[in-house]
Amino acid sequence: MSTYEAGQYDVIVIGAGHAGVEAAYAAAKRGAKTLILTLNLDMIAFMPCNPSIGGPAKGIVVREIDALGGLMGKVIDKTYIQMRMLNTGKGPAVRALRAQADKPLYIQEMKKTLEQEKNLTLRQGMVEELLVEDGTCKGVITETKALYRAKSVIITTGTFMRGRVITGDISYESGPNNQRASVKLAENLEKIGFDLVRFKTGTPPRVNNHTIDYAKTEIQPGDDNPQHFSYETTEEIVDQIPCWLTYTNENTHAIINDNLGLSAMYSGMIKGTGPRYCPSIEDKIVRFHDKPRHQIFLEPEGRNTDEVYVQGLSTSLPEYVQREILRSIPGLEEAEIMRGGYAIEYDSVVPTQLWPTLEVKNVEGLFTAGQINGTSGYEEAAGQGLMAGINAAAKALDVETLILDRSQGYIGVLIDDLVTKGTNEPYRLLTSRAEYRLLLRHDNADLRLTEIGHRIGLISEERFHRFEEKKHLIEEEKERLSNIRLKPTEQLQQLMESIGGTRLKDGILAYDLLKRPEVTYDVIQQVAPAEIELAADVKEQVEIQIKYQGYISKSNQQVARMKKMENKAIPDNINYDDISGLATEAREKLKQVRPLSVAQASRISGVNPADVSILLVYIEQGNVAKVSNE
Amino acid sequence: MEKDTIAAISTPIGEGAIAIVRLSGEEAITISNKLFEGKDLKQVDSHTIHYGKMIDPKTDEMMEEVMVSVMRAPKTFTKEDVVEINCHGGLASVNRLLEHVLLYGARLAEPGEFTKRAFLNGRIDLSQAEAVMDLIRAKTDKAMNIALKQLDGKLSKLVHQLRQKLIETVAHVEVNIDYPEYDDVEEMSHQMLRDRTQEVYQEVEKLLSMAKQGKILREGIATAIIGRPNVGKSSLLNAFVQETKAIVTDIPGTTRDVIEEYVNVRGIPLRLVDTAGIRETEDIVERIGVERSRQALKESDLILLVLNYGEELTEEDRNLFKAVEGLEYIVIVNKTDLDAKLDVEEVKQLAANQKVITTALIEDKGMNALEEAIADTFFEGELDTGDLSYVSNVRHIQLLQQTLTALSDAVEAMDAEMPIDLVQIDVTRAWELLGEIVGDTLQDSLIDQLFSQFCLGK
Repeated sequence: MSTYEAGQYDVIVIGAGHAGVEAAYAAAKRGAKTLILTLNLDMIAFMPCNPSIGGPAKGIVVREIDALGGLMGKVIDKTYIQMRMLNTGKGPAVRALRAQADKPLYIQEMKKTLEQEKNLTLRQGMVEELLVEDGTCKGVITETKALYRAKSVIITTGTFMRGRVITGDISYESGPNNQRASVKLAENLEKIGFDLVRFKTGTPPRVNNHTIDYAKTEIQPGDDNPQHFSYETTEEIVDQIPCWLTYTNENTHAIINDNLGLSAMYSGMIKGTGPRYCPSIEDKIVRFHDKPRHQIFLEPEGRNTDEVYVQGLSTSLPEYVQREILRSIPGLEEAEIMRGGYAIEYDSVVPTQLWPTLEVKNVEGLFTAGQINGTSGYEEAAGQGLMAGINAAAKALDVETLILDRSQGYIGVLIDDLVTKGTNEPYRLLTSRAEYRLLLRHDNADLRLTEIGHRIGLISEERFHRFEEKKHLIEEEKERLSNIRLKPTEQLQQLMESIGGTRLKDGILAYDLLKRPEVTYDVIQQVAPAEIELAADVKEQVEIQIKYQGYISKSNQQVARMKKMENKAIPDNINYDDISGLATEAREKLKQVRPLSVAQASRISGVNPADVSILLVYIEQGNVAKVSNE
Repeated sequence: MEKDTIAAISTPIGEGAIAIVRLSGEEAITISNKLFEGKDLKQVDSHTIHYGKMIDPKTDEMMEEVMVSVMRAPKTFTKEDVVEINCHGGLASVNRLLEHVLLYGARLAEPGEFTKRAFLNGRIDLSQAEAVMDLIRAKTDKAMNIALKQLDGKLSKLVHQLRQKLIETVAHVEVNIDYPEYDDVEEMSHQMLRDRTQEVYQEVEKLLSMAKQGKILREGIATAIIGRPNVGKSSLLNAFVQETKAIVTDIPGTTRDVIEEYVNVRGIPLRLVDTAGIRETEDIVERIGVERSRQALKESDLILLVLNYGEELTEEDRNLFKAVEGLEYIVIVNKTDLDAKLDVEEVKQLAANQKVITTALIEDKGMNALEEAIADTFFEGELDTGDLSYVSNVRHIQLLQQTLTALSDAVEAMDAEMPIDLVQIDVTRAWELLGEIVGDTLQDSLIDQLFSQFCLGK
């Protein structure tokens, strides 16, 4: 059967998961005529695993997505059932929001948002083949033989590529949650020349809310005054729903040990590499056999569903063993499984095949984003989707591309890690992956990225104006505090003592007083009040920027050093075989990764400082020739 | 290109009468000026040379008499500001200078970096590019080989242990951040972090002081021979020289005449110094008194105190014992060919825990025992020098010093009640710096540590 011409677009997005929706929305917002194709329109932005968004590092990604004009923050703010700020007892750099999501509502809200976007067309369909001519991707062909043409195509197929679900000794071809796997597309990618690897992940069982005895568990409530991800959110959700905490015990562990041979993970049925940070319960028991108990969080999947997610019990053991395990846990003795846990294996793209724009190096106009690139997590997927959408639209419309560097956002860290180092397990963002994490805070995502979001057309004028105003107020207040000298009056001395500080020896600038550990902005407000009371987020910024100035400027110096090397571009016609002196391993890696800058080259494992020096010298030859001709 | 200032010893080490420490970069003149007593180098004309002294700004102690050349950009080898400090060729003096230059803001140059800068700044023409790359590769490989060789043994093991301590601590903090709800991972407190940091701090400090001892080994153990007239000091010197076919060097310095003799005792270089005035006077204590001779003797690492077996212990001998009290010394009871008049028991009492050797140098007897005693002192005694010479690498010392700074920054920040995740930045830095010594700074290993140390996940 031959294909039929189904339409011409600027950008086509294959898949409507967390990467796909951001990609499609961003491309459409930039003005690209965009088509999003999904296997199932009822499953847009479905969460196949845990019902939560955010957390350390990931929550900051959601803030970054919002600062750039993406969707995840806005949609979760409208659909959460619980919100918590984590790490409040620690420094400002590691605070992070986490929301428990109402899964069905999240899908609805996301679908509605996409449907309202005028440049965006939603369509159900299974893509089986890419139309690639002369190394350029020109469109896609679906299983129903529809040929959609486009200037750029983004693949965001998550764990669907040759997906295989495994529970015990039962195994079948499937995407997550019994959706259809995408097999023909995977074969097509292989034919085009993609390097694919097999990864694995898993999910725990969901149990019925009415069969849980919560009296035997500990309550985990949300925050009284919830904060939000989006800088545009103004309304809070009042009736938050708690999560619950219980523990495994020796009985649980004995059941698991007795049945270990039945676990797909241990019977050899699973070949893919799983993530260390998301181990199955079998893994935890085997690797940390000394631990007497493991935490189990019970997380509701929404307001209008009885399903409760059993966090901590990801498993590929047979269903009857899952039931036994559950029933050994306090509070779950009578628990009824509504969906079983399972492991899933899938193909993913080796991400060093991508440019930092997420465009595929060997196929022009083709982008990949999300779990297909070897990551895990909704937030990591969404961040990549947003960037791929921005850059696919750039390609189609011939406008500015966007690459965030490691000092601009966790999104920059994530993509740089992927395309420069690759990954040999599903990649998860951690705060420790960011070398400038003090600069990449939850509180300053807008200061870092709103200007960019505005410039590329994703942030409205109204919002940008509000942002500029905030920025102005912060600077003004810092300026004001650096001009107020406080005299060591008895009143001030008493105040200092009352907050557990030491007495002042001399007069002090309000600015410097704020640097003392025990002094908050509220204290400053008492002794040097501003004319008009400032908004909470302005106060927060002033306090953080002044209090941690020493560390912040140290980080800024590091960034400045990195930027120097980041600005040393490597010409794209460079031939690494021509450079004498490069070590063989470095030469191979450089040829594979094709870094855009000397800084990126220096981050490739296997490229050592001598190789970087040699590379620099080689690149400088052009300039040197000019100098010596003088 | 990079604007930081680099420094290195640019003359072959230990081979010339004069050595040169060269600096290049924006701060080259400022840094030299901080250490220089003489003209204000910031004011002098370009391409001029100046006599003066190098002073340690902390102690005001004079390190070296030097000639300093100041050459301003762009007409220099690197097209940057260049300063060359000419000093005496001894390894000790030139190393000390380099260390101070590094302490005051310069960075140790990478292999071939002066040439690389010359090239990048357009000083060398295109046809030489290939040569520059080969040079960098060759020098780096050589440096790496040396570095690897130096890493065998205790230092490497010790550094790895310290890194492990740090990374466990860092991983602990990271886990608290990335998995705030995992109750089975104890929350790292300021006190815990402070204790662990302090512990590593002390270890690094010890390493550094050992490094200085390691340097002694490389540069020779400054050895003084003291004793009353006619006890056999010259015979001892001659015995050393003959026995070991020592290299007797005669290096007339530019401003003073120093004669130093190097002898090799079972692989340990002894630098026989005249602090004790073997040549100038026969009895240092008699000449300048006990206290002052103590001060003079402190300069040496080892003192050989020679007594005459054929005479009774005199007041002068007892004074010598007072002068060397608390220092590293070996007592040599010489002339055992004569009739016993010396009360050996008393000598042993006076010598407390130090070794007492008997010799009859005139009959070639006892040298073996003496050499064994010296070797013993430096390999097994208090100066635990088994592998110490390996830390004598200037690059290692600089990295250890930077590690120490990072760790003390961390402790300071904890005292200022900074949040633990900020303090951890400095701890991580210390871990990275130690990693540079052993050639391993991969971020990934932190993440490996995280997941092997803790049971995490949903």
